[in-house]
Amino acid sequence: MKQQRSLAIVGGRLVTPEGVREGSLRLVDGRIAGFGGAQPGDEVVDAKGLLVAPGLVDLGVFAVDKPAFRFGGITRAALMPDQNPPLDYAARVNFIAKSGKPDLWVHPLAAATVGLEGKELAEIALMRDAGARAIATGRRWIADSGVMLRLLQYAAMLDLVVVTHAEDAGLTGNAVATAGDVATRLGLPSAPAEAEVLAVARDIALAEMSGARVHFRQVTTRAALALVRAAKARSVRVTAGVTPAHFMLSDLATMDFRTFARLSPPLRCEDDRLAVREALADGTIDVIASGHDPRGPEDKRLPFADAAPGMAGAETLLAMTLTLRRDGVIDLPRAFDLLAANPARLLSVDAGALREGAEADIALIDPGRPWVVDSREMAATAGNTPFDRQPTQGRVVALYKGGVAL
Amino acid sequence: MHLTDPWASTKGMASMTSAANPRTASRYPAGARAFPHRDLLAISRLERHEILFLLDEAEQWVELNRGAAKRTDLLTGLTVINAFFENSTRTLLSFEIAGKRLGADVVNMHAAQSSVKKGETLIDTAITLNAMRPDAIVIRHGSSGATALIADKVDCPVLNAGDGQHEHPTQALLDALALRHALRARGQAADDFTGLTVTICGDVLHSRVARSNILCLQALGASVRVCAPPSLLPSHVEAMGVTAFTDFDQALEGADVAMMLRLQTERMNGQFVPSAREYHHLYGLTRKRLARAAPDALVMHPGPMNRGVEIDSEVADALDRSIITGQVEMGVAIRMACLDVLTRRRRGVEGWA
Repeated sequence: MKQQRSLAIVGGRLVTPEGVREGSLRLVDGRIAGFGGAQPGDEVVDAKGLLVAPGLVDLGVFAVDKPAFRFGGITRAALMPDQNPPLDYAARVNFIAKSGKPDLWVHPLAAATVGLEGKELAEIALMRDAGARAIATGRRWIADSGVMLRLLQYAAMLDLVVVTHAEDAGLTGNAVATAGDVATRLGLPSAPAEAEVLAVARDIALAEMSGARVHFRQVTTRAALALVRAAKARSVRVTAGVTPAHFMLSDLATMDFRTFARLSPPLRCEDDRLAVREALADGTIDVIASGHDPRGPEDKRLPFADAAPGMAGAETLLAMTLTLRRDGVIDLPRAFDLLAANPARLLSVDAGALREGAEADIALIDPGRPWVVDSREMAATAGNTPFDRQPTQGRVVALYKGGVAL
Repeated sequence: MHLTDPWASTKGMASMTSAANPRTASRYPAGARAFPHRDLLAISRLERHEILFLLDEAEQWVELNRGAAKRTDLLTGLTVINAFFENSTRTLLSFEIAGKRLGADVVNMHAAQSSVKKGETLIDTAITLNAMRPDAIVIRHGSSGATALIADKVDCPVLNAGDGQHEHPTQALLDALALRHALRARGQAADDFTGLTVTICGDVLHSRVARSNILCLQALGASVRVCAPPSLLPSHVEAMGVTAFTDFDQALEGADVAMMLRLQTERMNGQFVPSAREYHHLYGLTRKRLARAAPDALVMHPGPMNRGVEIDSEVADALDRSIITGQVEMGVAIRMACLDVLTRRRRGVEGWA
């Protein structure tokens, strides 16, 4: 839907990359036209002191779940290729790219390999031209380093980011938990945290060699974050993401065999959780994504090791990220760099920041509004949240995509 | 406590050294407060005095089982379902005999592991079983936490007969009872195991028996050592309060009990030890190795044994040392005690209903 009438949002606190300031925002023809006040003919919205922020850009979701994205203030969702069938074919990419219209941008991530099997490269250039915004290896890593190198060289040529899953499958095996005393007490198949370290180390080396842009969708351990930090310091083009589960929870959350806390990668020890928070503070981590993966009882009401991994994260993404600001880990502009500006940059979309000329995806946010996460009353197609019953703060009050209220 | 138990009145208690019921009556909180749990899911959920209570309750059944008439009608009219989602011979048999000797109607359900991996079948199975109104369900399942999951969905007591690599609480209890009897037979008055050192050696990583025994033995005061090749030693197992060894000779040094575990090849995904022969070379309990332990050290094994791999026949069959058959005997008594205690509420036993 095209924006019919110019819109002025006045009386809000604008979250710009430079800082938070009081001001107005004009949206014209689906773009941010400027920061002046309302002009004659404008529809005027009084934000009444709410935050006026870019709509969230969620880098890495597993399902298109509009009500949940609407609730969470997500205007753009990068869809993982792990669909049925996988997004390894241009026609499917083209179809799915349009599936969010008119109220959501779906940015498909092209499957790196045919069937996500990690063996043969998929037709990436065709998928790019069909609307894929980046490449992803899917839920698993590519075990064959030769395939990975050729993928990265090819992606560098196409200038597409490669989103990787960083877990060495040889070490991981059928593990569902991180090796440690919790997994030992529960008797869960576990893999050492070093499975992530090895995968990150290899992909950094290959990124450095090929010049490709590599985005680790989730980096969750102290040692792997140190590798990313060091790689960035020598200007390797790597970026790192995380989901709120890994800065909010440690493996203690799995103690009662709670399958809502069965994630991939699995929850880590407390020291790793603290390391993720440090990496969010010092800029090592670039993206916070929801990893939205709604799973019904048929996938989750099972013994822990038999349950599917994943959490419905879209609704809690903003509120959980705002806890970092309350705890003094990051400030508000940085929060929206993590939630919008950085992922938009990785996807090469002209959005994610309050910048003149950018696409007018805007969220009005009440950062202090209290609410309780309740798995029984989620907007998502399933309520598998590890934050069930947790009181939190911060809600999206209104959402605009391309200048049109949703 | 079992005033309605006809056996107690006809057989008399004079011959019993432990005089179970009068003792338990005086030592433990009255009625259901002695064991305030609906289910028996894990040793980790039990307090020390609750473990001792179950052990003391089992004494009377040890005595009964040694007599000719091995049956009471304590659980008459009650239905016990043994739902085994994983193959088992001895545990299933032990639970079945325990239920039958208490007079319950025992039904065995064998469900192939493959059929419960599909979708919601496990929960559906639990709901189906529940609808048949059993008075207790005994569950074995190949996934850790599965019994707790089922327990949430049913209205009757659930007994964990082994869930994945998590726990096997009745095995730990029967091991404790067997050990107690063995020590008592030697004149070592043993209520608990304070001062005792127990070495658990074998596939600790995949063993629910090891986990339950670590917790149970420690609750009763023993020091526990675990020994395994590095690939079969769970990470951070020291956090459970044990001392970990990879050298079996060191682990045995001065130990009072050697508890051997078999290699659970059915749970192994890949190769964990080069060969059975090499495993025996490093971790097999031989006469010679046993000499490193304390004089008269006892040998235990939860079975089934792989003779010549983790244990030599001459050690397993050593009458003065091995209490392996005693463990099997105590298994029935412990399971009778558990079924009795957990169904008291249902049976309206005074103080429990």
